[in-house]
Amino acid sequence: MTMNHEKEVIADTGGLSRRDVLKGGTALGVLSVAGFGTQSLAQAAVPSLPMAFRTEVEVAFRINGAQSALALDPRSSLLDVLRDQLGLTGAKKGCDHGQCGACTVHVDGRRVAACMTLAVQVDDLDVTTIEGLAEGDVLHPMQQAFIDHDALQCGYCTPGQIMAGVACVREGHAGSPQQIREYMSGNLCRCGAYPGIVAAIEDAARVMEG
Amino acid sequence: MKRFDYARPMDLESAVATLSAGGEGTRLIAGGTTMFDLMKLDVEMPGRIVDINNLSELKTMETSGDELRLGALVRMADAAEDARLKAEFPVLSEALWKAASQQLRNMASLGGNLLQRTRCAYFRHGAPFACNKRNPGSGCAAIGGANRSHALFGGSDACIAAYPGDFAVALIAMDALIDVAGPQGRRTIPIAELHRQPGTQPQHDATLSSEEIIVQIRIPANAVGKASTYHKIRDRESYAFAVVSSAAAVRIENGVVADARIALGGVATVPWRASRAEQALIGRRIDAQTAAEAGRIAFEGATPLSHNAFKIELGANVVSDALMIAAGRA
Repeated sequence: MTMNHEKEVIADTGGLSRRDVLKGGTALGVLSVAGFGTQSLAQAAVPSLPMAFRTEVEVAFRINGAQSALALDPRSSLLDVLRDQLGLTGAKKGCDHGQCGACTVHVDGRRVAACMTLAVQVDDLDVTTIEGLAEGDVLHPMQQAFIDHDALQCGYCTPGQIMAGVACVREGHAGSPQQIREYMSGNLCRCGAYPGIVAAIEDAARVMEG
Repeated sequence: MKRFDYARPMDLESAVATLSAGGEGTRLIAGGTTMFDLMKLDVEMPGRIVDINNLSELKTMETSGDELRLGALVRMADAAEDARLKAEFPVLSEALWKAASQQLRNMASLGGNLLQRTRCAYFRHGAPFACNKRNPGSGCAAIGGANRSHALFGGSDACIAAYPGDFAVALIAMDALIDVAGPQGRRTIPIAELHRQPGTQPQHDATLSSEEIIVQIRIPANAVGKASTYHKIRDRESYAFAVVSSAAAVRIENGVVADARIALGGVATVPWRASRAEQALIGRRIDAQTAAEAGRIAFEGATPLSHNAFKIELGANVVSDALMIAAGRA
């Protein structure tokens, strides 16, 4: 098939990728789900040509070190996939609009709001949730510090607070109570456990940096 | 949320081609902190989404030369931490770290942040409220409604929604340029021409076409950046939109102002440059009196609404304080 011929085919099919064309003009959005992670969108790239739009997207997950793959409706948020499809209910749904921080997880080591992250956007990236923080039975220093300082009451915001707190220390933003308050402002606690949370992060920072 | 089909191109040309092929109802997504949010509210209802997060050519940040170049996909948190921005352009670094939360700054791209849509509650929350920006021709519930957070500058009979962002306000004070790619190739526009006032078509926030992508932001590395600040007053101390904010920068020669930059956030339909207040400072010393005078001039011509007239006095004080902070760094 020559490039010219392929461009004509693409024009006729409304912007399908080379792979779709080679697969015999399959309908928009139909995706093979055979094989783990091998049908990633990256491998379908055809420079300068329009990419195919898909109704369902296969996503390769690496969550707390474990690999899995799911064919997803692209509307799925990372939070909904974690909770509803992968059984990881530690990250909580508070506002579902990125305003409360209860859903905080790490993507490639950076804290993000899982509710505002499209699950397809973590394809092939490392995700860490509160379930992946402890080393076996040994709690992470941040988890232990939250217990030691009674840094919670109802506990709903706690997984997000702890994940944000770990990132806050690693970023170098836990140098003073004032800086901790500024860089933890994306995590709300309706019980008002803030003094304990700040104390716990100060304490854990000493252990983590020690 | 409405269903959408999804594509993830791997380079800029392919992304432009994919946007064009998608046609009507196709939107870009980068960090998603505005787009996914508004899709959940059914304010944005694209039928097709083009995810540009794999466009590596938009991820570079070059801040060592005579011109700062910030790729459109650089994340807000990363630009905020850049050593040269912190040391020589505090107005830019502060505008970034005083916005949103660290989680959102880790996600949100610089290009997407420039195009963040308004936080007007009538725009965001839909029926039963009228909103010409969300539903053209339906009216504006804010004009006679709860308008504490709405614009004192640049509004029209059709829309008074305030531009919510901070970084664009700082960039307009620094005379930044925006490089854009589209089906007709590349073009460059001053950031002052990126956003559009609502007029009779408030549904269009920006002057970009639906097939164009912001590639990078360029900032001239001149001497006016160092003595600068982004002073942001919020209803709570952190993680809130500006009630009033001011970007301010000055260059002092022989004890008097040789160059002044003042821009306002939270009070206008677009990032707002206060040129007359800048001019009033040229050739004068910065002290409490001249700074206060510049603040008053910056808010001349403001059109207060039923709930936000207090921002004229507050805003004048914010500009005045911003100038004193900036001058203290000269």
